[in-house]
Amino acid sequence: MKLILKNAKKYNEDKLSNIYIEDGKFAVEFAEAEADRVIDLKGATVTPGLVDMHCHLREPGGEYKETIKTGTASAAKGGYTSICPMPNTNPVADNAAVISGIMKKAKEADNCRVYPIGAATKGIDGELISEMGLMKEAGIVAVSDDGHPIKNAGIMRKVMEYASDFDLPVLNHCEDKSLSEGAMNEGTVSTTIGIRGIPTAAEDIMIARDIILSEYLNIPVHICHVSTKGGVRMIRDAKARGVKVTCETCPHYFTLTDDCCETYDTNFKMHPPLRTRDHLEAIIEGIKDGTIDAIATDNAPHHADEKVCEFSVALNGILGFETAFALGYTYLVKTGEISMERLIDLMCYGPSNILKLGRGGMNIGDDADLAVFDLENEFTFDKEKMLSKSRNTPYDGWKLYGDTLLTVMGGKVTYEKLC
Amino acid sequence: MGLKSKDLLGMKQLTADEIMEILDTAKTMKLVISSANKKTSHLQGKSVVTLFYENSTRTRLSFELASKYMGSASANISTSGSSVNKGESLLDTARTIDMMGTDIIIMRHNQSGAPHFIAPYLKASVVNAGDGMNEHPTQALLDMLTMYERFDTFEGKNIAICGDIYHSRVVRSNAIGLKKLGANVSVYGPKTMMPIGIENMGVRIADSVADCIKDADAVMGLRVQLERQQKSLFPSIAEYAKFYAITPEMLALAKPDAFLMHPGPCNHGVELPTAVYDCDQSVINEQVTNGVAVRMAVLYLLMARRNQL
Ligand SMILES: [Zn+2]
Repeated sequence: MKLILKNAKKYNEDKLSNIYIEDGKFAVEFAEAEADRVIDLKGATVTPGLVDMHCHLREPGGEYKETIKTGTASAAKGGYTSICPMPNTNPVADNAAVISGIMKKAKEADNCRVYPIGAATKGIDGELISEMGLMKEAGIVAVSDDGHPIKNAGIMRKVMEYASDFDLPVLNHCEDKSLSEGAMNEGTVSTTIGIRGIPTAAEDIMIARDIILSEYLNIPVHICHVSTKGGVRMIRDAKARGVKVTCETCPHYFTLTDDCCETYDTNFKMHPPLRTRDHLEAIIEGIKDGTIDAIATDNAPHHADEKVCEFSVALNGILGFETAFALGYTYLVKTGEISMERLIDLMCYGPSNILKLGRGGMNIGDDADLAVFDLENEFTFDKEKMLSKSRNTPYDGWKLYGDTLLTVMGGKVTYEKLC
Repeated sequence: MGLKSKDLLGMKQLTADEIMEILDTAKTMKLVISSANKKTSHLQGKSVVTLFYENSTRTRLSFELASKYMGSASANISTSGSSVNKGESLLDTARTIDMMGTDIIIMRHNQSGAPHFIAPYLKASVVNAGDGMNEHPTQALLDMLTMYERFDTFEGKNIAICGDIYHSRVVRSNAIGLKKLGANVSVYGPKTMMPIGIENMGVRIADSVADCIKDADAVMGLRVQLERQQKSLFPSIAEYAKFYAITPEMLALAKPDAFLMHPGPCNHGVELPTAVYDCDQSVINEQVTNGVAVRMAVLYLLMARRNQL
C-alpha cells in the first residue's frame, strides 16, 4: 500500500510538502503513478497521531456503552492513533487473560494502537498487588486503579516498588474518598443547589501523599487528571526539586467550571468534578509552564439511562476523544496561551514519553501515524455525528476550530471526513 | 401578573413580584380555610397527584387538603425510601402519571434537582414539595406568609435561622426568597452543619446563637436529625441542646415583638426547649394553617396559568 498526502502543512513547518507512506512507514519520495492513493490536503495541518494515556473503552463487560471497536473508531475520529484504556472493566483487567482479550479485539478493530493499562491491585480493590509481570508480557504499559484510588499508603508504596521492578509507571487517580462523598465540586454552587460537595482537599491530600512516597522511594509516580490549583502547585514544587512526578489534565478542566452544574445537567458530572475559575486558570498556568505533561481525555462513555436521571444518581464522566484536540486548539493555541508545538507535546510526545511508547516519530522509516486537522474553519460540534456508541458530551453545539479531516495509523486510513 | 413558569421548582425561579402575588393570594385563601364551608371551585374538574418519594405527613396532608378545598380530583402515590435502583425510573413514573391526564404533580424526592429533571418532559405542572437538600419552596412561602401577616414590608427586616443549615432545604428556600424581598438573613449552626460558601447566597454567618438572634424580627429554629450523631456532626443531644438550642435567654435578645417559627416536626428539648415552643412569641401552630393557604394559592395560580394557555 502506497499513499501520498499532497500539500501537507506539517504543524511545525510553514511551507507545504508532500508526505510519502509505504508499507505502513514514512517513506522517501516516489512517483505519483506508483501510489495506490493520492490525497490532496490543500494545506491542512498535519500532526503526529495523537496519544491518549487515559480513557475507558468499556469492553469487556460494558459493551452496551462502548466496545473496543466503536471506542477506537471514536478515537480515530479525534485524531488519535494510540490510546490507553483503563482497567475498570468487568471483569477487571487485572490479569494477563483479560489483557490478551483486549489486545485481540483491538487488533481485529484495527482503528488504533491500543496499549492497555493493567490494574495495580487485584480487582482494583486496593489490597493485593496484581500480576504486573505477566500483564506486561501480555501488553500493558502501566498500572492504575483509576476511579478506585489506593487509599492505604502502605499498599501504594508496595505497588510503586513492585511496578518499578517491571519498569511500569504507576498512574494514580488522586481522591481521598473519606472527604468526597459528594457529586460535584464543593463550593458556592454545590451549596446553592443542594448537592453534596467534593472538596479540592480530597484530591490535594492524595497528590501530596503520592509525591511524598515518590520522593522517599525515588520511584516515579504519575498523577491522573489533575483539576486543582493545589495539585498543580505541589507538582510544580516537587518537579523543581527533582521528584519524578508527572501529571495529566483533561480538556474539561481548562474549558468548564462548576457553575455548569447549576441546572443539574449530568453531562457536567465527572470525577474529579469541575472546579471554580481560579482552579481552571491554575490548570492553564500549569499547562503553560510545563508542570502538566499531558492532556488526556478520560473518555468515559455512558448509556443514556445512566445520564438521563437525577444528578446524584448519574454516573461520572464524559466522552472525550472527538473533542479533545479541537478544545485544546481552540482554548489553548488560538487564545495564545501556548504554541501548536506545545499542544502536540501535551497530546502526543508527553504521554508517549511517560509510558515509553516511542510514538510520534515523523522521520523516514517511522510508523506512519498522523492526523490532519482543519485549523482555519470554525465548525459546530454535533453529538449526533459521534462515532461513539454513547452521547454523553457537554460540548454539543460548541463552535470550535480543529475538526479532524484524516487520521492514518500505520499507513492505514482510520478516519476520513467526507467533504 | 400571574406566574411565568409552568412549574414551581424553587424560590430561585420566582421573581419578587411573583412571590408577593402568591402571598397576597394566600391571604385570600386563608379566609376559605377559616370559613364554615371550606369549598371553592378553582380546581373543579382538575386532577392533582402527590408523588412522594420521602416520608412526610404534614406537607402531603397540607397539599392534599389544599387541593380538596378547591374541588380537585386528587390521588396520592408514596414510595417509602429511595427510588434509586428500584424498579421503574423516576422519569418513567412521572411520564405515566402525566399521560393519565394529570394537571399538577406535587413531588417530594430525596435527590436535589429531581423535579427540575422531570419537569421539562411533562405537560403537567410540577410543584416541588422538597428536593433533597436543595429547596422546599412552599415551606419558605408559608414562612414568608407568616411574616407578611406581621410585617408591613420585608425590606430591612432581620431574620435569624439556627440549626442544621447544611442539610436544610428550608434554609435555602427562605434565604433565596427573603433576600429577593429585601430582608437580612443570618444563619448559625455547628460548623459541621454549615455548608461552604453559604455567605455567597447573600446570608450572614453569625458567630453564635446569640449573635444570630440579636435584634432579629423573626427567629426560625430548624429540626436537627438525631441520626446525624452517627455521622459525627454533633456529639450528643445534651451538648446540642446546651450550645445550639434557642433558649428563652437567647430569644430575649431578639426585638421585643419578634416571633418564633419552626418548620416542624420539632424535637422538643433539643433545638427548642418545650417552654420556648409553647411561648407567647411562638407562631408555630399558625404556620401550619398558613401552609394550607399558601399551597392553595400556588395550585390556584398554576392552574390559572394553565387555563390561559
Ligand atoms: Zn479517574
